[in-house]
Amino acid sequence: MSTVSEITHDSAVAVSPTSPDDGLSPAELARKHGLEVSGARVGLGDYVRQMWGRRHFILAFSQAKLTAQYSQAKLGQLWQVATPLLNAAVYFFIFGLLLGGRGGLENEQYIPFLVTGVFVFTFTQNSAMAGVRAISGNLGLVRALHFPRASLPISFSLQQLQQLLFSMIVLLVVLLGFGHFPDLSWLLIVPVLLLQFVFNTGVALIMARMGSKTPDLAQLLPFVLRTWMYASGVMYPLEHMLNKAGAHSWVSDVLLANPAAVYMDLMRYALIDGLPQALPPHVWALALGWAVLVGVGGFVYFWKAEEQYGRG
Amino acid sequence: MAEQILDKAAKDGPADKVGAVSEVTSTTAAGERIPTVIADDVHIVYRVNGGPRGKGSATAALSRMVRRKNAPGMREVHAVRGVTFVAYRGESIGLIGSNGSGKSTLLKAVAGLLPTERGKVYTDGQPSLLGVNAALMSDLTGERNVILGGLAMGMSREQIRERYQGIVDFSGINEKGDFITLPMRTYSSGMAARLRFSIAAAKDHDVLMIDEALATGDRKFQKRSEARIRELRKDAGTVFLVSHNNKSIRDTCDRVLWLEKGELLMDGPTDEVIKAYEKETGK
Repeated sequence: MSTVSEITHDSAVAVSPTSPDDGLSPAELARKHGLEVSGARVGLGDYVRQMWGRRHFILAFSQAKLTAQYSQAKLGQLWQVATPLLNAAVYFFIFGLLLGGRGGLENEQYIPFLVTGVFVFTFTQNSAMAGVRAISGNLGLVRALHFPRASLPISFSLQQLQQLLFSMIVLLVVLLGFGHFPDLSWLLIVPVLLLQFVFNTGVALIMARMGSKTPDLAQLLPFVLRTWMYASGVMYPLEHMLNKAGAHSWVSDVLLANPAAVYMDLMRYALIDGLPQALPPHVWALALGWAVLVGVGGFVYFWKAEEQYGRG
Repeated sequence: MAEQILDKAAKDGPADKVGAVSEVTSTTAAGERIPTVIADDVHIVYRVNGGPRGKGSATAALSRMVRRKNAPGMREVHAVRGVTFVAYRGESIGLIGSNGSGKSTLLKAVAGLLPTERGKVYTDGQPSLLGVNAALMSDLTGERNVILGGLAMGMSREQIRERYQGIVDFSGINEKGDFITLPMRTYSSGMAARLRFSIAAAKDHDVLMIDEALATGDRKFQKRSEARIRELRKDAGTVFLVSHNNKSIRDTCDRVLWLEKGELLMDGPTDEVIKAYEKETGK
């Protein structure tokens, strides 16, 4: 050991001749020349600025993922539209025909109701699933390049938003096919999608941090999400089902206030005419509240562990 | 110092090398030498899940998770043990050592990509590893990968547009036909490696770290990439190069760190250290 230190000491002298920096400890030398600790977490404001600087990367990465997804398939990008359509068909077969979950809705209402619900919920569901693997599934990228790590979950939820826009084409065809024509209320889908996107991004960020510590969550999450789906009334009018089951009113209040149900309701009432029940009270306030709470909260929660991603 | 350079130049021969060295020293000879990277007693520990010592029962794993205890199967690998060095602007530093001696790990820590267990790394500007492999997607065309890789490294859209043709020309992908518009999975491994190097080398770096990247491509491409690294070194503050090829270290570096088992065994001028290393490894 002593010979080792001798060698390094000798050569250090040989490499650096007389210098005013001799005799300074490494930390003092760093301070003198304004060097900063490598890989330290920046403040929240700087972090947001860095994210803004990376906006082109975030967008390009999400589009690249979207394109790469179906590039091996013969039908190629057609699957962007075909996948949601098949999903809706399966749910119609099971819930509309076999189980009779339509709660007195006619086909003209029920099919658009179902398709809207499936697409809106899938948006949240896929964002959460992509989020949980955003860091743990991209460790190579995290360990090779510098960028604010929140770029990854945000990019993934942006990919889901683009996926949803493809699904909206299917939805438009379904709506027109069942005699629902565009009117002014359709414009409401823009703020609804925006709020839901913010909410989903928050979910993805939270999931990304948790998944980076405990990758096992990726196995558990599908079950949680499926429970959430059934509890939110994706395939049936929630209130109708709850009344049928004789649930307490607080149960239905809680379930109706959950974010997935809120965004689905808003979307359905904006697009479909003649749904029997009215929109639940305060639903816009809830939509905004959930988006702000989860979106901002998720971002801060993710940022708090910024310097730890990629460890292990 | 001056004798050392002359001495080295006489031994190494090639004229461009002398030019490169004198150029580098002239920037530093002006005044005091400016440090760009300071490693202060750096320790890095990897925690590896699922080592063979772990007891396999699922209930045991669950109770450990609940109690937030480290699994007995969790093994620690102390990859870097107390490395200290100061790198200055204009230096080109080679890292040598046998496989698993901690060279790549040390570079990752300098880049700030791996948190240190103890000790600190101070840097001037953002050190970057030369490598964008992880950001590229094999299902996309070479064209889109150039853009994606550039953005991932933090280049702006304008910079990429300006340098796009340069990247493609440098990689030589299009020498044998219009390959840049094909998905990257159709490339041969050599072609893919060339494109990756070209993308990575397109950016200007403050502190550049190259991990065995010179071994890729055919002889012609290797020559071209060595020239590119010399160029980058002129613009960049400091270059680190990990390689098992002593010749490429001799050609590009003027200082060498020798790591063994995570410890810094030797730090000095290239010839001295490489000679000692070759003696040790019995070459």
